[in-house]
Amino acid sequence: MSRRTTWIVVVAVIVVLAAVYVAVRGLPTAKQAEEAQQAFKAGMVTDIGGLGDQSFNDAAYRGLERAKNELGAEINVVESKKMDDYEPNLRSLADQEYDITWAIGFLMTDALNNVAPQYPELKFGIIDSVVEQPNVASVTFKEQEGSYLLGIIAASMTKTGTVGFVGGMDVPVIERFEVGYVAGVRTVNPDVKVLIGYTGKFDDPAKGKEVALAQFSQGADIVYHASGACGIGVIEAAKEKGQGFWAMGVDSCQHHLAPDNVMSCMMKRVDVAVYDVTSKVKDGTFEATHYVYGLAEDGVGPCDETSKHVPQEVLDKVNAYKEKIVAGELVIPATRVELETFTPPAL
Amino acid sequence: MPKSGQGTKGPMERRTLLQREETRELFIPVVAVALALVLGAVLVKLGGKSPVAAYSALVRGAFGGVGNLAETLINVTPLIFTGLAVAFSFRCGLFNIGAEGQLIMGQVASAWVGFALTGLPAFVHMPLALVAGVAAGAAWGAVPGYLKARLGVHEVINTIMMNYIALYLSHYLVIGPLKAPGPLPVTPTIAPAARLWRFLPPTRLHLGVVLAVAAVWLVYYVLFRTTLGYEIRAVGQNPEAARYGGISVRRNIVLAMVISGGLAGAAGAVQVLGLQYKFLDIFSFTGYGFDGIAVALLGRNHPLGVLAAACLFGTLARGAILMQSIARIPKEIIGIVQATIVLFVAADEIIRRFIAPRRKAAPAAAAQAALNGVEGGADHGA
Repeated sequence: MSRRTTWIVVVAVIVVLAAVYVAVRGLPTAKQAEEAQQAFKAGMVTDIGGLGDQSFNDAAYRGLERAKNELGAEINVVESKKMDDYEPNLRSLADQEYDITWAIGFLMTDALNNVAPQYPELKFGIIDSVVEQPNVASVTFKEQEGSYLLGIIAASMTKTGTVGFVGGMDVPVIERFEVGYVAGVRTVNPDVKVLIGYTGKFDDPAKGKEVALAQFSQGADIVYHASGACGIGVIEAAKEKGQGFWAMGVDSCQHHLAPDNVMSCMMKRVDVAVYDVTSKVKDGTFEATHYVYGLAEDGVGPCDETSKHVPQEVLDKVNAYKEKIVAGELVIPATRVELETFTPPAL
Repeated sequence: MPKSGQGTKGPMERRTLLQREETRELFIPVVAVALALVLGAVLVKLGGKSPVAAYSALVRGAFGGVGNLAETLINVTPLIFTGLAVAFSFRCGLFNIGAEGQLIMGQVASAWVGFALTGLPAFVHMPLALVAGVAAGAAWGAVPGYLKARLGVHEVINTIMMNYIALYLSHYLVIGPLKAPGPLPVTPTIAPAARLWRFLPPTRLHLGVVLAVAAVWLVYYVLFRTTLGYEIRAVGQNPEAARYGGISVRRNIVLAMVISGGLAGAAGAVQVLGLQYKFLDIFSFTGYGFDGIAVALLGRNHPLGVLAAACLFGTLARGAILMQSIARIPKEIIGIVQATIVLFVAADEIIRRFIAPRRKAAPAAAAQAALNGVEGGADHGA
């Protein structure tokens, strides 16, 4: 009895000791560490939505991958499990002397404000928020402009006269999506009803599906979402309802998730922004300013797959409005207050 | 379970260290952790990555340097509290799945007291904010405790439901009455006087870790050195016998849930007062409460066991960050390792059987069993 127990304890201790030995031996040598320092390194920290959201975080990652291919950058992603992790996650990349570390999402504003000043020699970037630090580039988008064009498509294509919008959290970024979309719908046909719902989160496809199904049952036939990973559920809802029910995706092109039920996607070119700013770090032209990406900068707009389900005449209309916006003749409201005084333009 | 029963027989258990029940209690978790780490290594290997690099990143991420060590302790702190919370209720025979909700209420209450009062000196404000968090958690635990004691409503159901009430209530409060001006769903920042002292700048390590260790001692003292603790354990082991012995079962159930909730509330309080300085809408559960169940289980519901288990889980959580960042191992691997540990500990029969039948085969043991086989295994309790 005692011998058996002793054996197992001895084996367990050996396993643990071996693990520690192996772990310590695995530490990189000074030479390896030096080599690692020489490469140009770009990293990002995702929101709790994480990679695989087919949306926002994935778009940012495409930007990094492009930096890897075109700039030879060494890239890395750290996914956040909890909000408490934002700071240590950002720090873990900065500690490895990443030339630029991206904070993906406005929820990381506070964390970046705390971390960036501690690494004055390194650069940081943040998407969807503005952090005023001498080593941080802030990137925001005119989501209302791209959403406006999707509103035009939705109002032109609806058969039931009712369309839906599913937002993640009711925060300024998502408000821009909602308001631009509603303005677009009103421009085409003020009688089209827009149902608006919020999931209250960004990481729960089941919740997105629930809200979308509710809107479909209230008569909507097209539902546009701006809700991160919740949107996977919105698209699933359209797919489940079948022919004649449509979802509109966001951030990345989400057409492949349900080719017959995704009408269009509002591309938010986080990838373009991430790549642009990262390349500026590489060639030494980085500026700690606030970059705004709109239609004119090709930062937002409907995806290429839109032409699959949307007829040319509608696309022509979309292009006409787009030109007006790019030319500065048409300003799209970005808040609900601005929407109240918005008068739909005539072509 | 005749086999394991056989294994626990014999007076030798009282003689040598390795054969005492306490030792076995200790060693099942150790074996579970070892097995889980091996499984994790296999998975990493299957994923085409190097287990060596993975675990060295984990070790380095958790213990490499003062900064990493501090972050590890920060991860450990709330788990000690929630682990104690769950363990304490277990001791009374109650399964408190509501630590999550009690923690949320603790966060909200501490944040509120932290920002709403101004001009107080730190030695008043900080304890006050802390007490508010503990009290809110305790109140949140008291409700299912009372329902269980008075109406016999099962605490598992109630605590789960109270979790959701807490989640959505906090959501309402932080976009409504307690919201700071501005776009984010967040409370105003708490007054500097309400903050827990960060004693190791520039790290974020704060007084919460000291409070957590103090709580371990306090829970140990209450459970094993006071009448209250004796009564609670008596109710947990056999309510009928406790009642026969003149102990009020109802009173102790409510008290156990109040104390359990208070401990979970303390977890929320230290997160807000030591780390975040505000309550940011959490959208979904933080997981500290649920991890607390695993910690209590792994720690065999003993305060010291909880301390050790919290250190392990906190280390894994912290190490997971650097495993991602340096070795590029997905954070889910650590989730699998944690789950495997819990699985092996919960299904400890697996490990017991792994030991017991062979034990029988060992000739020396068999001889001893034959010599002393009459004595019963009264100590095989868990």
